[in-house]
Amino acid sequence: MVSTLTKNERHFAFIISVAVAICGLVMAAAGRNDLLGTHGFVVFFFALGVTFILARGYYDPEPGAERFAAYYDEPIKVGVILAMSWAVFAMFVGDWVAWLLAYPTLTFDEPWASFGRLRPIHTTGIIFGFGGNALIATSFHVMQRTSRARMPDQLSPWFVLIGYNLFCVLAVTGYPLGITQSKEYAEPEWYADIWLVIVWVTYLALYLRTLARRQEPHIYVANWYFLAFILVVAVLHIVNNLALPISLSSAKSFPIFSGVQDAMTQWWYGHNAVAFFLTAGFLGMMYYYLPTRAQRPIFSYRLSIISFWGITFLYMWAGSHHLHYTALPQWVQTLGMSFSLMLLVPSWASAGNALLTLNGAWHRVRDDATLRFMMVAAVFYGVSTFEGSFLAIRPVNSLSHYTDWTIGHVHAGALGWVALITFGAIYSLVPILWKRERIYSPALVEVHFWLALAGTLIYVFAMWNSGIVQGLMWRTYTASGTLAYSFMDSVVAMHPYYIARAIGGLLFFVGTVVGFYNIWMTIRTPINVARELATDRPVTEHAGAPAAEPAE
Amino acid sequence: MIDVSHETLVGISKSYGLFYLIALSVAVAVYVCWPRNKSKFDRAAKSILNDEDGPWR
Repeated sequence: MVSTLTKNERHFAFIISVAVAICGLVMAAAGRNDLLGTHGFVVFFFALGVTFILARGYYDPEPGAERFAAYYDEPIKVGVILAMSWAVFAMFVGDWVAWLLAYPTLTFDEPWASFGRLRPIHTTGIIFGFGGNALIATSFHVMQRTSRARMPDQLSPWFVLIGYNLFCVLAVTGYPLGITQSKEYAEPEWYADIWLVIVWVTYLALYLRTLARRQEPHIYVANWYFLAFILVVAVLHIVNNLALPISLSSAKSFPIFSGVQDAMTQWWYGHNAVAFFLTAGFLGMMYYYLPTRAQRPIFSYRLSIISFWGITFLYMWAGSHHLHYTALPQWVQTLGMSFSLMLLVPSWASAGNALLTLNGAWHRVRDDATLRFMMVAAVFYGVSTFEGSFLAIRPVNSLSHYTDWTIGHVHAGALGWVALITFGAIYSLVPILWKRERIYSPALVEVHFWLALAGTLIYVFAMWNSGIVQGLMWRTYTASGTLAYSFMDSVVAMHPYYIARAIGGLLFFVGTVVGFYNIWMTIRTPINVARELATDRPVTEHAGAPAAEPAE
Repeated sequence: MIDVSHETLVGISKSYGLFYLIALSVAVAVYVCWPRNKSKFDRAAKSILNDEDGPWR
């Protein structure tokens, strides 16, 4: 890890980690009477750990010029392992929350284990920990391979990866303590948000610098999706987190918008987080790993570009469908509803494009569970985008909103689309990165596939049922015009569905553990030298420059 | 806060907003269907299939 950095980069890395450690100490001192102080210590010990790793490898021999003849894959490897670790952790918490809803005593009377604090640990751990690390890792791979260029330096990818994980750690350690902005999917407080901006701008710069070294003028479409993800998430994150801390020694802040403007900003962010974090980035993954795994070019490259611009321009306006029947003006709701309906066109264009790519390769889908992961992901992408457009219709929303149908919809997307495409991509990527002939056990990939699919289906069907039952119970009137059921009646009716959901989640979680074991064993199994991909090299023309460039 | 009336916003979205999105769709359709771009797209689509095997050229 440290041995791949040049002396110069080790100096910079050292300065950065010491500076972060000092920031942590300042936070701990200034916020000693506040929860900010606790997070100061988290930052301090995190940076101390990084400094320790640096110090241990500080006197390792420098990498020679031969490094320019190969892609820089070290941070990708760590990113894949981090993504799988976050997946195991956050899916465990997710299933705990699922059982908690069926059996409320599972909080053990501890405030930190209440639903409101555990749930954001699950969502942040999955979206940002698992999804974010997987996106960073695969984007580093895709951008280098499609550009035929090595990353411009060795330090900035590490800064992005480790810095991003510091943000994730601050987020999930904050919730049990009670630190939250109370904005869904944007819970971390102002100092963590500022840190993420620094990391994210470095990420964008690194991506653009690598693309600038490419040989072919045309940029492969997967990169467009990854870039849209990076750029738009930066904009969303900054605008939605505009807030004033009550003081520099306090973790608490208040947003600069208020009332319905704040709600609209939040859901403009929230829905576009789904669009650009959980969709655009993973479509980038799909447009690269599905064709390469199937060994067939994408069915229609033109269609992939049309879908790209369709998704980019339509998604921006769809957020207001989260605020149907609220104080938000009716016309803004209608705007969000109409754009959500139009979104079905580019979404199905992408899903269809992926499935048509497999025409002629269905025997591979049958034999190769890795490709099947990606095929089923494309199907779920089609299903959940259809469902999303449908739920955005105002009268449909009057039945579905505030019910478990929403949870079912989100998980059809998160489990069926996001997680399955990620597992497919990671199973494709691991043998390439570690130069293995194949994954340790294809049989275990099959096991993982069927556990994940069964888990997703059980989960989604349970939530569809409970959501619609809830929605109908809440709107059933008696002959005398009063509500037929109390709210508690609907809670009791949910119990069997909640147990089914928790079982579905458990299957999915077990599949992930099996997957992590398989990946770990692939890494641990000795290298097959004959299979070493001797020609897996970037173009050396640009990379042949003498010393390393200083880091960002 | 800047005071923008409801009518102004609706007016903008019905005039400028409409033509902005139509113009974008036309521009994208022209770009993808432009005959000279076809070879570029075909090359790009195939380029990723062997990129663990060696550099371009």
